[in-house]
Amino acid sequence: MPERSVDGDARMVIVRGGTVVDATGERRADVVVGGDRVLSVGPDLDVPAGADVLEADGCVVAPGLVDLHTHLREPGHEEAETVETGTRAAALGGFTAVVAMPNTTPPLDSADAVRNVLELGRTATAEVAVAGAITVGRAGERLAPMAELAALGVRLFTDDGAGVQSAGLMRRALEYARGLGVTLAQHCEDGSLACDGAMHEGAWSSRLGIPGMPALAEEVMVARDIALARATGARVHFLHLSTVGSIDLVRRAKAEGVPVTAESAPHHFTLTDACTAGYDPVFKVNPPLRPDDDVEAVKLGLEDGTVDAIATDHAPHAPEAKDLPFDQAPPGMLGLQTALALAVTELRLPIARLLALLSWQPAAIAGLDGQGGPVEAGSAANLVVVDPTATWTVDPFALASRSRNTPYAGRTLTGRVRHTVFRGEPVVVDAEAQR
Amino acid sequence: MSGFPRNLLGIDDLGPDGIAEVLRVTDSFVEVAHRANPKVPALRGRTVATLFFEDSTRTRVSFETAAKRLSADVLSFAAGSSSVKKGESLRDTVETIEAMGIDAVIIRHSSSGAPIQVARWVPDTAVVNAGDGWHEHPTQALLDCYTVRQALLGRDADDAGDDPTDVAGALDGDDGIGGFKGLRVVIVGDIRHSRVARSQVAAYAALGAEVTLVAPRTLLPPSLDGWPVASVSHHLDRELADADVVSLLRVQSERGSGEFVPSLREYTAGYGLTARRAAMLRPDTLILHPGPMVRGVEIASEVADLPAARITGQVSNGVAVRMAVLFLLLTQGPTEGSLHA
Repeated sequence: MPERSVDGDARMVIVRGGTVVDATGERRADVVVGGDRVLSVGPDLDVPAGADVLEADGCVVAPGLVDLHTHLREPGHEEAETVETGTRAAALGGFTAVVAMPNTTPPLDSADAVRNVLELGRTATAEVAVAGAITVGRAGERLAPMAELAALGVRLFTDDGAGVQSAGLMRRALEYARGLGVTLAQHCEDGSLACDGAMHEGAWSSRLGIPGMPALAEEVMVARDIALARATGARVHFLHLSTVGSIDLVRRAKAEGVPVTAESAPHHFTLTDACTAGYDPVFKVNPPLRPDDDVEAVKLGLEDGTVDAIATDHAPHAPEAKDLPFDQAPPGMLGLQTALALAVTELRLPIARLLALLSWQPAAIAGLDGQGGPVEAGSAANLVVVDPTATWTVDPFALASRSRNTPYAGRTLTGRVRHTVFRGEPVVVDAEAQR
Repeated sequence: MSGFPRNLLGIDDLGPDGIAEVLRVTDSFVEVAHRANPKVPALRGRTVATLFFEDSTRTRVSFETAAKRLSADVLSFAAGSSSVKKGESLRDTVETIEAMGIDAVIIRHSSSGAPIQVARWVPDTAVVNAGDGWHEHPTQALLDCYTVRQALLGRDADDAGDDPTDVAGALDGDDGIGGFKGLRVVIVGDIRHSRVARSQVAAYAALGAEVTLVAPRTLLPPSLDGWPVASVSHHLDRELADADVVSLLRVQSERGSGEFVPSLREYTAGYGLTARRAAMLRPDTLILHPGPMVRGVEIASEVADLPAARITGQVSNGVAVRMAVLFLLLTQGPTEGSLHA
């Protein structure tokens, strides 16, 4: 466990003058934290002796944000990100937990590999949960040792970066997962339709002469996995949904009672495929940026509850990797430090709904105890303090990630993380990382 | 004269006026080619680099000949023999070349958009796209337009004795350049994977021609939204009688376009310019092919050898068109003056 204070006593923190917002509602209240727990929540609390005071006037105090979809790149691509730098970016973005994706080198498909990342996460500034691979080597051929990984605490499994192409294998994985009480998360992309696509297939790809990846590549796998979830009764979580058709399929499946959940990434409700007109690989991502109607469908899906979570798909890549020709550059963009502000800036939802999408709903999908609130005496002290009206301008060189591949450079956003408290420790104070 | 762009990355960089300017200047360089010493001092002291990441004999030699006839110094980088092979990135390679004080980089790359990225990385060097992925090959389209215009002007490279500007001036009226207005151009073949087609469509349309694309659906781009084409057809026979120009594209089996049709035999049956189809054309209809031709697939051998087929004429005009492009970029573009300041 991280050190709590220099003198060995339990650290005390008071978050003062804010509005507490969690799944139970909103109220003006101070929050006193001792050690890694919330001690008391109420109006005008006394400042305990020796407590750090975090001012929250005009701010929202909420359960820390939870990212279902983070690429920490360690092990294997430490030039792009490490657990330390990625979780620092997470803390600055208001996240107190991230789910680390398994497409590392080696992939997280074995107990040793998972233990290694969990160990690296022990001193991090946010909780590092691990998503295990569904198949060995993420190769889509045979099942990874899911029970062994579940015993280490893995609650979410995915071959993210690739979808499980074989319907037969996915069915078997779902049946097996159901018995373990874990959730399978699918990167929906039918390889035979996506081929070598490097962007969304449509007017822009046709004009630019870039091989396209049709919306269909995503939608046929969403449709297939809804059928599999219906048949097996096992839960499926859909990663980064990005098309009108996918969101419509999930909406209907939920209405029917099929056990599915879904996430969408901020770039899919803020950017379109027109961004790729200049062939800048910073706009290359998978699933690709889509046209306006898809962007609007993602927004509607988040607004009407079809989509359960905003997940960053934070995907750092070193500058040299993104300086390649568009079709050769790897897909992915940074997301941890801009997600909340993009949601505040671009979505037509009150802050409480945004926090549901960023905190307690993803915490429930990931099965993370101690994350997502509520903010009450005795709960784990994972908190974010957000100034919902502050504006700031994205500077790639000021981000904590080891990489610079944000597509929002120079963009002015509304909504800023002021403080983040992780297990009782103020890891971000006045928008500055404390370690 | 002003307004010539800094780079030639795609046809849209030029617009109708820029294309017209290239075609007019090409006339003078076609003349130069017929002199005993086919060389002018226009770019003496300037250096042009060709940077080809994809094999191409004709285009590279055409550009290098053009630069030499303008008296420019020419450096030739081949991806296979340079530090690119040792893992140097495209960006480092072009920045190194720029640091050598090169005035223009002519780049061919298998990735769409690579010349556009290069132009961002070396803002003080003129960048010429010599073909990028499926995106554009602007000098090929300019060459096609020049060849069509030459035919419309009722002359060819063999009798360039008259002052061509007089004839051109008579044709270059308010209705467009050299009589392109309303010209019916039929482009046949693998448009989906063709950089030539994208540049041709943009160039012909900019000049006022009516472009018809003919291909099986699988060899068309997934979307034609925003393409300045008059029509799209899957029946070549129906398009032939009215055509003024038939422009054929190669079936690029090395780029996998073979998977988009059941067989080359079936492609030829539906879309090849066979002798039977050639007989359906008017006698004055021009047949163009950017090469390399695959005789027997997109064009029958006996059709390729018809007088109406301007295939070799296209090659010989290529040098003059590229001379015009290099000359205009390096003497009329915004880089002029700043380069050697």
